[in-house]
Formats: sequence, structure tokens, C-alpha cells
Amino acid sequence: MKKQHLVSRLELVKLTKQYPGCLANDNISITLMPGEIHALLGENGAGKSTLVKSIYGVVSPDAGAIIWDGKEVDIKSPSIARDLGIGMVFQHFSLFETLTISENIELCLSKTQLHQIGDLATRITELSEEYGLNVNPTRYVHSLSIGERQRVEIMRCLVQSVKLLILDEPTSVLTPQEVAGLFEVLRTLSEEGCSILFISHKLHEVTEICHKATILRGGKVVDTCVPNEETPASIAKMMVGDLAEQDAGYVKREGQERIFEVDNLSLPSKQPFGTALKNIQFDLKAGEILGIAGVAGNGQDELMAVISGEDERNVKNQLSLNGAPIGHLHAGERRKRGMAYVPEERLGRGAVPDMSLSENTLLTHSDGFIKKGLVDWQSIKDYTASIIKKYKIKCHGEFSEAKSLSGGNLQKFIMGREIGQNPSVLICAHPTWGVDVGAALAIHQALLELRDQGAAILLISEDIDELFLLADRMAAVCDGYLSPVVKTDSTNIDQIGQWMAGTFIDTINQSTQGAGA
Amino acid sequence: MDSDLIIQILFAAIKTGTPLLFIALGEVICEKSGVLNLGQEGMMLMGAVVGFLAAYTTGNAGLGVIAAMLMGSIMSLIFAFLVLHLGANQVATGLALTIFGTGLSAFIGSGVVGQTLQGFQPIAIPLLSDIPYLGRILFQHDILVYTSFVMTFVLMFVVNKTRIGLTLKAVGENPHAANAIGIKVLRVRYLAVMFGGVMAGISGAYMSLVYTPMWVENMTAGRGWIALALVVFASWRVGRIMLGAYLFGLASIMHLVLQGLGWSISPNLLAMLPYVATVVVMVIISADKFKEKLLSPRSLGKPFDPRQMA
Repeated sequence: MKKQHLVSRLELVKLTKQYPGCLANDNISITLMPGEIHALLGENGAGKSTLVKSIYGVVSPDAGAIIWDGKEVDIKSPSIARDLGIGMVFQHFSLFETLTISENIELCLSKTQLHQIGDLATRITELSEEYGLNVNPTRYVHSLSIGERQRVEIMRCLVQSVKLLILDEPTSVLTPQEVAGLFEVLRTLSEEGCSILFISHKLHEVTEICHKATILRGGKVVDTCVPNEETPASIAKMMVGDLAEQDAGYVKREGQERIFEVDNLSLPSKQPFGTALKNIQFDLKAGEILGIAGVAGNGQDELMAVISGEDERNVKNQLSLNGAPIGHLHAGERRKRGMAYVPEERLGRGAVPDMSLSENTLLTHSDGFIKKGLVDWQSIKDYTASIIKKYKIKCHGEFSEAKSLSGGNLQKFIMGREIGQNPSVLICAHPTWGVDVGAALAIHQALLELRDQGAAILLISEDIDELFLLADRMAAVCDGYLSPVVKTDSTNIDQIGQWMAGTFIDTINQSTQGAGA
Repeated sequence: MDSDLIIQILFAAIKTGTPLLFIALGEVICEKSGVLNLGQEGMMLMGAVVGFLAAYTTGNAGLGVIAAMLMGSIMSLIFAFLVLHLGANQVATGLALTIFGTGLSAFIGSGVVGQTLQGFQPIAIPLLSDIPYLGRILFQHDILVYTSFVMTFVLMFVVNKTRIGLTLKAVGENPHAANAIGIKVLRVRYLAVMFGGVMAGISGAYMSLVYTPMWVENMTAGRGWIALALVVFASWRVGRIMLGAYLFGLASIMHLVLQGLGWSISPNLLAMLPYVATVVVMVIISADKFKEKLLSPRSLGKPFDPRQMA
């Protein structure tokens, strides 16, 4: 046994991958021992995804070697990777919703593997009990929550008895409690000798679970460290380099007069797998940020659609702005009265992919730029250019198509465009999702600046750390219910985490039943 | 109405439904892989004319069917190359294929218009054809009708019970995920499109060798389009396609029956029935978003380019 441990499980030697106009991986060398949990850290575009895709056979590197259990291998396709014992859980799950869990897993197995396993459903149930995954093989994937889907992906790797498990930002979609469960599974796997390559943005998770970390920047390995000897702050510094500023703590503010109110809002969902909103009640005050935490799919999208007016059902008296009902107005009317939105989906909702940035600006700023019925293109271009300059948006210019921008840059553009309207209420969903540290900092500061000018901001996010950093008051959503709203200073991650898991719902139901009786 | 007449009506419904069954079975496999081929009518016409020419010159109807299958697969390969390899728009390419097939079939068949030939003869299956009523409806057909029975059951098995069926559904639902787990998406789609072409070829051959053993310009009379409706009508399920094909077949001979009974309803109104039925089914399916999501192949009509995966 001991002798085996001297041979590394995986060794990457000077792996290089060139994309047109971008050197994604530049001479990357990494070594992983059996049972090691290894973190791969870096900002967006640092080359993490390309690197793991090379290991999993989705991308073929231009130069360099991959050495597996002491032998050089050529991983041409994912099926070769799986035959070697490499499993991968993707960030955007690669599951088929119309198939059952069992069928999904079967698709990944070769005939010989299936033969060895025998009855697949039985094997899934066994493994499910062994690792506490709670996966029922006959259920259809479309009926599963995000956390359950991730467990199916992990199960898919376990069934093939993996020796290396690659996880691409596995915790970004989970509640803190689910994260704890995932870490249990990972630790068990590691003790059994399975190596784990763990990509994450969340540094405290890395320090909690990983044995080693490799930090990438601009396609190169810039540092390696032992995470539990470091602090999240010191690792963050390695990731962004010394030049970038860090998000420090920000001053919390008290809101002033009430601007916007949602009063006892209940609405069934329009989507087949949507969440109905149940008795949602909160208000927004001028000069404060209200943060709403929650795992994706617990009613955030539906709430956003109702507030923005995208959901056109009449809720006249349930929404009010400056004391006047606005729930019957369409989206454009609400904008005219000083509301602005940054939706979660950047391409398609926040911006039209095939239109230029100038044209996208015009879409939400029509008032000032239309003179006598004609569009004043010159001032739109100038204005768009000023947004690009102010938020340091990387693009070719105001004529660039929205879809040509990276996620982070497009998000900065949308934020800039919305903030530029000087809204009195800004509704903002997942403003920094998939955005690198530098851009996130810029977005955070823009939000705080807007707050300090006296706007009310509703911030919906899955990133608890971000909410604690920015929000003055906080709440959580679960299954369409909204938890009590509390001051950020008087709560903690545990409480919000429990609320995200729905512990407050029973009390709400009891009190409404009590009131009814 | 006496039982003899009912038997004859049902017998005719099966015969009329068979070309629809063939071509719709091909299209459903194609659509399950995520490719919408609107070129059915064109492929079917090419199959019909080439099948007829081959049978007419060699005097062998079997060779005619084989030639039609080959022609159908060649037509579908043109389509597959354009939409899968070059990423052309599926709808526009499919329409072009139909227009192309309609014109070309008229051109190469111009010399044999109105000629007739000896097509396939009915074969009564021993024992089975003696079953009262059912035997006369189901087991006194020609070889192609029996082939369509067998094809339906084989496809039901393959789609619902095998790895091949699972792969097909996976590719049609989420090609990117399928690619990520190592399924060769374009290969699966090529094969599915070609299967559709072969079936369209047989369907065409059935028209020109069995149904009306002759070649007339545009003789398929929109059956390729009915097949597209039929796939939706059957909500992409193989078993229901058989049922639907015979129902559509019945609907399209209904005017003859009703005339025989002395009713006077315009045949044009009755010919509309299959389409009305399809619209009704579409409305029912779309009313239930949940079902719609589960039944139709999710990425139907959307191109997939593996080179954009990086």
C-alpha cells in the first residue's frame, strides 16, 4: 500500500493550450497524489476550465503530457478518461431531464462496466446508502432539486469507481447545509484513496477541505500553497496579484423613508417547475440595501418577474412605489417611475445578444435619446462610451455586440446602464455571478455608491458572503416563502443558512393558522 | 352497415395509412435526435420515382424498393451534410429539399408518366389470415405492409428498451451534455437523419409500386407533410404513430365511405380531418407545459457545433 502511494495519481507536465488570441494554459504542471483533495484556484479566464477539460478529454492540449498512475496517457475523449477512472461533475450539470436517474447513469457506462456492475439500480441504491447520497434510481431528473442533481452527477462518477473526481465549482448552487453534506462525501472518498480536483471561487471552503492548492493566473501557475496554513485573504491575494484592491468590510447604513413595498403577495407560478410565491411581504427604504438569500429556484425568479412587471398579472395593490400602487403597470411604466432592474440572465433578459451596446443602452433609456421621434445616435454612442470608460469594460467599443462580451464585462455594462438612470429603486439579481474578483469589486462599489446617493436596492443573490458584505438588512427565501427581515449586524451565516433551508416556514404557517382561527 | 363493409374500410385504412406509417417512423427517429427534416415530401417523391423506374426497367419490384431506399438515403445525406456539417438552418434546408425533390422527381420521371407495372401482390399469411374479421383486416396485405408492422415493433423496442434509444433521446434533449459524456452527437444525428431518408424512400416506393402502381408527377400529394403532423399528433411516441397513421388513413378514405352511404359532405372538408386532429392535439399538449417539456425533444431544430464547445 505504502509503495503505491509514492506513485502520483495524476501528473500534468507542461500542459499548453492555445486558443485563437488567447493562451489559455501556459506550461502548467501539477501533481496529485492518491487521496489528495487539490484546489484549483483562479479568477475567471485564468484557465481552470480549459485545464480540467484537457484532463477529462473534452479539450486536446497542444503540448505537454498527462501521466496517470506513472504512465503517460493520451486522453482523446471523455470515454477514455472514464475508462482510466476519471470522473467529472460539471458546473452546469450534464444531465438529461427526461430520463430517469438510472438511465442517466447508464448512458455514461461502457458495456463491460455495465456487465461488471450487474443490476445498476441495486448498485445505485447500495452506493447511495454507503455515502448518504439519498438518490432514488427510478426518479426522473426533471423532478430533482439542484442539490439532488449534483448528487446524481457524483453518483455517476462513484458507479464507475473513480480514482480522480473533478468538481467544477460544486458549491455555488448549494445551501450551507448541503455544502457540509457534500464535504462529508468528499472526505470519505479521499480517505478511500480517491483524488479530488476541486475548482472553487470560495476561499473559506478551500481552506476548510483542500490539502493543497494551485493558483492560476492568466493561464500560468503563479503559486501553490497548503490551504490550511493560509487565510482566505492571503490566498485571494495570490489569485488576483498584488495590484488589485480587496473587498474590505463596508459601512452598514440605516434606511430612511419607505420607498417601495411588497404587501402580502401570493401568486401561483406560470412555469411547469416554478415556485409559487406565498405571502411575500417586505419594504425597501431609501439609502439601504436589502439582501435576499436563497438557493436557486426557491421563488427568486418569480419574485423578480412580478416586481419588474415582466409577469403581467395584475397585482395592483400588492406593489407600491412612493405610496402609490404600481402592480397594474407594465414594465416600461414602472421604469419611468424610477425603477431599474439587473436580471440574473444577462444575455436575453439584461441585454439583447445580437444588438450593439449602444442599441442595448437605448432599450432602457429611450426618453433622453429620442428627439422629435428620431433616435439621436450620437449622444447614445457618447453615453455608452462613457459607461464603458467609467466601469472599465473590456470590449472593442460601443458598437460591440452584447454577446461578444465576457460575462463579467457584460454584467458591468448592464449595471452601469441601469445605475446611469439614477433609479430610486434598483432590483438586482446575482450581480456578480460568474464574475471575477476584480469586476465583482467594481460592481460592489457601484452598488454602494448608488445606495449612498439615497436609492433603495433589493439584492437577490445566492452568494451569502456577498450578501453579508453588502446588505444592510437581510432575509431568505425558501419554497416561495420569505423569512423575517433582520438587520445584517444582528444575524449570522448559520441563521440565514437555516432560513434558506426553510426552518422559518413552520412558524409562519402556524401564525397564519392561529390568526385564521 | 354490414360487417363486410366495415372490414373493407379498415383494410383500406391500413393500406392508406402504411405510407404515412413508414415516413412518420423515419421522421420521429430523426426528430428524437433533435433534427427537424421538412424535406420528407421531397425525399418521398424521389423514392417513388426512382423506385418506379428501377422496378419498371428490371421488372423486379423488390429492386425498386431497394433503389428507393438508396435514393432516400442519398437525399437525406445532402440534408444532413448541410444542416449538421455546415450548420445550415434546418427549416430552410428542409423546405429546399422538398422543392428540389418535387422538381427533380418530375423531371426524371417524365418519360414514364402514366405507365403501369405489376407491383407487389397481396400475401395471405397462413393461419393468421383465417382469424375471423381480424385476419381479413390485418393479414391479407402485401409484403411492405407486413414490413411496416415489424418495423413499428422493432422501433418501439429499440427506442424504449435499448441503449441506442437512450442515446438517441439524450442527443435530442441536450446535445452539449451528450457530447460531454462522450456520445458522438453528429454521428448519432447523421444516422438518425439517414434512417429518416431510408424510410421516406420506402414510403415513396409503397406509393408507386403498391398503392397506385404507376408514376404520376407529385403523386404523394402532401403525405410528407401529413407525416410531420402525425409525429406531433403521436407526441413523438412510436406506438402512437402506428395508431395515428391508421386514423389518418381512415380519415382520408372517409369521403369515399360516406359517399357510398349516400351522405353528401364535401371530400375537401373530410380531407381536412387529419390536420384538425393535429391542431387539437397540439393545443392539448401545449396547454400542459409540463407534458410539453417531457414529450418533445428539447433541442429539436437547434444546430449543434462541437467546435464551439471550448
